[in-house]
Amino acid sequence: MEPQTCIELRDVTFAWPGEPALLDISRLTVSQGEKLFLKGASGSGKSTLLGLIAGVLSPRSGLISVLGQDQAQAGGSQRDHLRANRLGVIFQMFNLVPYLSVLQNVALPCRFSPDRARRVSENGGVTAEARRLLAQLGLHEPSLLSRSVSALSVGQQQRVAAARALIGQPDLVIADEPTSALDADSRDRFIALLNAQVEASGATLVFVSHDGGLAGQFDRALDLTTLNRAARRQRTD
Amino acid sequence: MGVSILGLAWHSLVNRRVSALLTVLAVALSVALFLGVEKARTAARAGFDQTISGTDLIVGAPSGQINLLLYSVFRLGNATSEISWPAYQRLTARDDVAWTVPISLGDSHRGFRVMGTTSAYFDHYKYGRSKPLTFSEGRAFDDIFEAVIGAQLARDLGYEIGTPMVLTHGLGTAGLSDHDNRPFRVVGILAPTGTPVDQTLHVPLEGITAMHVGWETGTRNPLADTLSESVIRSFDLTPKTVTAVFVGLVQKGTLLRTRRAINSDRQEPLLAIIPSQALAELWAVMGNAERLLLAISGFVVAVGLVSILTSLLTSLNERRREMSILRATGARPSHILFLMLAEAGGLGLAGGLIGMGLIQLIFSLTAPLLTASYGIALPGTGLSIIDGATLLTVTVAAILIGVGPALVALRRSLADGLSVKV
Ligand SMILES: Nc1ncnc2c1ncn2[C@@H]1O[C@H](COP(=O)(O)OP(=O)(O)O)[C@@H](O)[C@H]1O
Ligand SMILES: [Mg+2]
Repeated sequence: MEPQTCIELRDVTFAWPGEPALLDISRLTVSQGEKLFLKGASGSGKSTLLGLIAGVLSPRSGLISVLGQDQAQAGGSQRDHLRANRLGVIFQMFNLVPYLSVLQNVALPCRFSPDRARRVSENGGVTAEARRLLAQLGLHEPSLLSRSVSALSVGQQQRVAAARALIGQPDLVIADEPTSALDADSRDRFIALLNAQVEASGATLVFVSHDGGLAGQFDRALDLTTLNRAARRQRTD
Repeated sequence: MGVSILGLAWHSLVNRRVSALLTVLAVALSVALFLGVEKARTAARAGFDQTISGTDLIVGAPSGQINLLLYSVFRLGNATSEISWPAYQRLTARDDVAWTVPISLGDSHRGFRVMGTTSAYFDHYKYGRSKPLTFSEGRAFDDIFEAVIGAQLARDLGYEIGTPMVLTHGLGTAGLSDHDNRPFRVVGILAPTGTPVDQTLHVPLEGITAMHVGWETGTRNPLADTLSESVIRSFDLTPKTVTAVFVGLVQKGTLLRTRRAINSDRQEPLLAIIPSQALAELWAVMGNAERLLLAISGFVVAVGLVSILTSLLTSLNERRREMSILRATGARPSHILFLMLAEAGGLGLAGGLIGMGLIQLIFSLTAPLLTASYGIALPGTGLSIIDGATLLTVTVAAILIGVGPALVALRRSLADGLSVKV
């Protein structure tokens, strides 16, 4: 049986206002449950592509189907809805709201999405679920939950961000260079833990990085520069 | 536990507490100023209206009703002319008149006005809501050379019962002619009233005449001081004129008719005024200044509100990352708007409440002091509809002011996409 499609891009073009086309992707498909690695140099448009998938940006043309919804056609509130209910996002750094505790940060998506709040309460409540995710991501200390996030190391912060992305069982996790601020050891450990959790929940993962050396830890690797016709046309230096 | 959207706004504000507190303080002070001015205005108005009550008409020589009110009640300015003693007697004899109190002004004692009257004044003059004059010490005068003094005069000059005084003609301070053939002394001190009565020295009408013995020609007769007290007492001291007459009617219903009758007296031109009407007209004149003051304090509130705008705009850059994170974790544009507007409204509400509390505190601390030493009651300084309306207006205005920055925050959070700006 064919695995179902999680993300499908067709003839997608995008340009920032006043700039030449940044992205021109004729076809990109990600199956459900797949862990995709997307490599691309700095400035090649990785974050922009993730923004299109997450529905915070709109393409100039083309089709972007995410979990069955055409992001290009959907209205702003439909895209917001999909992101709140079914997507988890991890950034490169500064993922956390500085004035909230670890627990409050992890619980944040449940506040914006009744669906996630419901799934979490079915799993024993926000605190229990946050504690479980944090523990599985290697943050076992119980006192950690109420701590201020600014007291954490960068590695710990990224794992809190991963727990936040994963809470309430999203169908798709988007990670935008989450390891670029980490040293080699904690980077590999982070990826392993993230992969394990994504696998356990059956979610799809799109992980982007400029560091091609990470490709081996994922199901499939793609290079944005070859995928993107706009980049090929422009002859990068 | 998780944190609600409102909690998010709160935590974010606490995170920027110093600037938030300064903003709240600016709003609070401006609201306190506004409410202070408004309440002082209300209190002044109420106190002003209650300077005289229970007197149906004030009769004087024709000038203007404000002029007559000013010199007869507020002891401000001077009468340009007086009314004759027979005219006063005719007023008293009227059937529709229950009582009359003549007053004679024009002299002063160490900067305080001297008023000649009859002891009926202490029975009929009312202030506030029909409050009579009361003696904190002593009694009304019943001899030519006895005086009753107002509370402030007693305090300022340190006069007590029995203090002798030299009263001479004219408005200057006592000086050259300090002689004791007219030995006035204090027999009564009035309780504070918060009206011009507190600054008045009351003597019998005959006392005023006695003071003027030797001044009949308008200049000082050198022989005046050679007259003994008993010689002065032997003169007919009935005044030839009085400055004004307070009139009480038998029936309030005849007020307009009586007034018209007095104003059209054929034997002598007279002016009868209704105190409450004259007070209202005088207030209308002063009201412009008072409205200007209110407008200025209104502008100060606007400045206070602008500090909210400043605080929101300066926080926008600082919060750009925060907004991106919230968007990425599922916040909708309405959440971003709500966060910003809740913050603006919260700052306005907090400032308004603190300003309100501040002014209540100030009035509750000062009101007893004012009442004790000046007899001034501060009516209408408690919480009123004005406080509620001000609080509501400030909060709503703050929210409206927040719309601009909120839209900027929203537009940025949409334009930033998922890339978190550092
Ligand atoms: N919000 C934005 N507004 C305008 N231009 C942007 C914005 N974000 C990124 N860009 C531009 O788009 C290009 C790709 O950026 P980005 O997608 O962040 O690349 P990457 O994530 O691969 O480093 C860059 O040239 C960058 O300057
Ligand atoms: Mg990037």
